Order: sequence, then C-alpha cells, then structure tokens
Amino acid sequence: MLTYAVKRLGLALAVVGAVIAVVFVMIYVIPGDPAAVALGPRASPALVAELRQRMGLDRPLPIQIVRFYGSVLSGHLGNDILSNESVLTIILGLMPHTLRLILGAMSWSILLGIPLGCLSAMRPGSIFDRITAVLSVSVIAVPAFVIAIYALLIFSIGLHWFPAIGAGEDPMDELYHLVLPSLAIGLGWVGYIARMLRASILDVQGENHVRTARAFGLSERKIVFDYVLRIAILPTLTVLGIGIGQMLSSAVFAEIVFARPGIGKLVYDAIITRNYPIVTGTVLVTTAFFVLVNLIADLFIAWLDPRVRYSLQR
Amino acid sequence: MSDTASSASGAAAYRPRGRGPLRRILGEPLGGLGAGLVALAVLGAIFAGVIAVHDPITIAPIDRFLAPSGDHPFGTDNLGRDLFARVLFGSRIALSVSLGATFLSLLLGVSAGLVAGYGPRWLDNGLLLVFDALKSFPTVMLALFLVTLTGPSLQAVVLVVIIANAPSYARMARTQTMSLRHAEFVLAEQSLGAGAVRIISTHILPNIIGPLLIVASMDIPVVVAIEAGMSFLGLGVRPPTPSWGSILNDGFSYIRESPWPVLAGGLPIIVTTLGFTFLGEALRDAFDPKRSGGEKR
Repeated sequence: MLTYAVKRLGLALAVVGAVIAVVFVMIYVIPGDPAAVALGPRASPALVAELRQRMGLDRPLPIQIVRFYGSVLSGHLGNDILSNESVLTIILGLMPHTLRLILGAMSWSILLGIPLGCLSAMRPGSIFDRITAVLSVSVIAVPAFVIAIYALLIFSIGLHWFPAIGAGEDPMDELYHLVLPSLAIGLGWVGYIARMLRASILDVQGENHVRTARAFGLSERKIVFDYVLRIAILPTLTVLGIGIGQMLSSAVFAEIVFARPGIGKLVYDAIITRNYPIVTGTVLVTTAFFVLVNLIADLFIAWLDPRVRYSLQR
Repeated sequence: MSDTASSASGAAAYRPRGRGPLRRILGEPLGGLGAGLVALAVLGAIFAGVIAVHDPITIAPIDRFLAPSGDHPFGTDNLGRDLFARVLFGSRIALSVSLGATFLSLLLGVSAGLVAGYGPRWLDNGLLLVFDALKSFPTVMLALFLVTLTGPSLQAVVLVVIIANAPSYARMARTQTMSLRHAEFVLAEQSLGAGAVRIISTHILPNIIGPLLIVASMDIPVVVAIEAGMSFLGLGVRPPTPSWGSILNDGFSYIRESPWPVLAGGLPIIVTTLGFTFLGEALRDAFDPKRSGGEKR
C-alpha cells in the first residue's frame, strides 16, 4: 500500500508540475500579448511596454519559466488588480461557498443515484428499470447550465418555491438557497451513478462468491448489501472522484445563474474587468484541487481494493 | 458503464447478426428517436434560410418579448428579433462547431496517441504526463482562462474542445496501439522492412479507429454543451451572430420580463444533446460485438 501511495503521489506531483508548465505555455507562448490583453485595446504602446517589463515579459523564456514556477510553488499567485489583495487569499476565502455547492450536488447524486441503481439492478428489464434507464441517459445528456436556467425559471421565478439569488444568511437559509443550484449540478450525476451502479451490480452478481452465498441460503437483501454492493460500489467512488472536477465546471454556471458567491462567479467577474491574475490563479488552484481529489479517491480505492494497488506497477 | 437504456429495453429479444447496423440502430426505439432528433437539428441547419420567415439579426424594438404566435413560433427576444429564426440559424453554429471540433480533437488526439503508443518509452511517459495535465483542467475554468488570453471567438471554443477531449482519445489510441505493436502482422511487416510511418498509418490506425469513432460520436453532445455554455458566458460567438448559448444569454438577462427567449434557447440544446446521445448509444450497441445480436442482459 505504501509503495502504491508513494508512486501515486509522485504521479500527482508530476501532473501538477506539467499543469503549471501548460499554463505557462498558454500565457507566454500563445500568440497575443498578455500585457496588451490586460490593459485593453485602448492602451498606449508605452503603457504596454511598461507593464511588459513589470510582468517580466521582456526577459528570455527560460528565465521567465523559472520565475513562474518559483512564484507559483511559493503560493504567490499575484495580486488582485483592483484591490491589490493576494489572489490566493481571495480564492481560498471563496472556496468554501463553491465546495458547499459541490457537496450539495454530490449529496443529491448519492442519495438518489445509489437507491435508483440498486432498485434497477434488482429487477433488470422491469418497467421501473427501463424508465430509470431512459431518464438517466437523458439527464446525463442535457447540460447542467440549461437545467439550472430552466429550474430557476420554473421553481424560482414561476412558482416562487425557492429563492433565485444569493447564498442565504443563517445555516437553514443557506440550505434552502442550496437546493436548486446543487440539484441542477447533481441531476446528471444522479443518472450517471444510477447507471454505473446498476451495471456493476449486475457484473458482481455473476461472481462465484455471490453464487456461494446464494447456495448457503442467505436472504437476497443480505446478499445485495453485504456481498454485492461492497464490491459494486467501488467504480462509483472513482467516478465521483473524477466527478468533482466536472462538478466544479458546472458550479461556475450554477453560481452565475443563481448569483451565488464563489469561485466561478469570481473568475467570471474577473474576465469582465480583465483582472488577469485572478483568472490565472483560479485555474491553477482549481486544477491542483482536482488532482488532489483524484489522488485521494485513488488512494481510498486502493485501500479498499488490493487489486488496484498492483495496477500501477508497470 | 456497460449497460444502456436501449439494451435494457430489448431485454431478451434475439437478433440475428446478419441484420445491417443501420437497421439495428433505427430498430431500437431510442435509436430511432435519437436519429429523428438529430435529423431535425441537421435539417434545421441546412434549410434555415428557407424555413425562417424573419431575419435572425434584424432588430424590431416594437415587437420585443412577443409570446409565440403563428408569425413568431418561438416569440421574440429583447430586441424584437424572431427567436425561431435565431434558433434555426444557431443550429448552424452548434453543428459545425461540434462536428469540426470533434474531428480536430480526434485527429490530434489519435496522432498523439499513436506516437505515444508506438514511440520510445521516454516519449510515451512524457506524452502521458501532458495528456494527464490537460485532462486535469476543469473545462469551464480552462475556457474562462483561455478567453482572457485570446478574447472571445469561435476559435477559442474549438481550442477548449480540443484540450478537453483530445487527451482521452490520445489515451485510448495509445493503449490500443501498445496492444498491437507486438502483434504478429506488425512484426511481419517490420521484418519486411516497413518504416514506422507506414506501419502506423496502414496497419495500426485502421485497426484502432472504429471504437474511437464511436467514442467521439458519443462526445458530440458534450461538445454542443461546451459551445452553448461558452456562448452563454459570452466567451463564444460574438453578437449579433445567433448561437443557442447567446440566445440563452440574452434571454437570461431579461428572464423576469419574458420566459420565451430562455425557453427558445434551451429547447434546441436539449433536443440536440438528447438526439446525439440516444443515437450514440444505439450506435455503440450496434457495433459492440459483445452486445449486437445474441442474448442481452
């Protein structure tokens, strides 16, 4: 387990290193002058030249990349152009809002997806199974931001059941504000998890140890929960790990549609004001966060399932 | 991830292998529905100029926020533009971007994957790292970041799609190539003196491209969503060009005044993503040797 953990950690660090390099390449090598973009189309050439010098864009490329790595790895992601606050502080301050939203979406997908998957797998081919299957595929296909806008239109503006704007004041109010946005993000994952779980339960049910359990005359309920689900749930966990990254993308839309504070709203507003360090900083932080979550999910799976530990030894 | 809506519906039906894949796709209820919805979008895009009575960008402020009627089937938006015409012309953007960007992602991804799978170990490791790094960016964050650098444009949308999708194709192509590189027909070709380019292009590529095409076709709804999503955020096509995302964006600003623009912008996105998804699933089932014909679970 330790060998696996060390190797997996090394891989994650390498990916983060490569991510920083990719961001560097995009900023400095893609045609287009970041200084000119930051100042807008009406800036004078002298002003652009001055900013170029301040950003270090006039130095040779190798020096730039070393400086870039240095500042990113020391946590210095630059300062907000408007308030001059540290970008990292701003991002970390807003992160809890976005995380709460993602957590809400995950709760929906687990609370609805797992029971639906189990019930479908218990009676494959039944009407219930078929309807769940079609609905699952449908909610996976439709983009989360369309669901978010329609939910806002129907349940907030049309029916006035849920609030349309903000994140709420006290805990109960926050929860109330969280219902629609998190459901909009999580709905696709409900379908995804239901489908995955159904497929992996049906796979595991064909295995020898389940046949043995059945031969011993154990109740169907015990077989499903103690012998099938314990194994069948593993791929679902991996998917949820990866899912957090995609939920982060959907969260950007949900925050904009429901006017909630959070990282997505932060970057979106930063683009309008050309607040360049905020955008770069957020991309780096969220990507690192995604790599970290995947690492944790993989380590968790390896801890549960010994077979996985050997797959990385190539 | 191996069971689908369509296979569940065909519970114990036995299908002889002889039936053509096309008949098999259209024979499934969802496959037929998917094909119908996709056909709707494609026909709308091709005949937009013929079907639409109004011009999609002509402004008529007196007619703003009209409810659907015979003259304006989807109503009008905040500038009095006919939403039906905008939706029809928007399908041109949606379909051309999603097909074009998917093709480019496949081209770049598969090429990189072939090189990684057939090339030396160090190159493989390096490329794998790049694939993993590119795959780690949350798509929307990447889109927002790239657009701050390049400014909003269709090219930016295509670039985001490529970065988001190509790494998975590359990984698939790499794995498949590695499993083939020591196959006997490849060794035979090598001993005949064929170069790497010839082996890759005429012997490996045709063997691995089938599954990749199916995976790419199943990604089309995702690409439609990326284009619409970026245009919704104002990162894609520039106004006044109609795109489903920009219709949604315009409508969202006035969502309390009229529901019609938002409904008109979202509907085609739902129709297209559902259509391509159902069709893609049927396509995969039809070409998967493990499920086409014979007994299904």
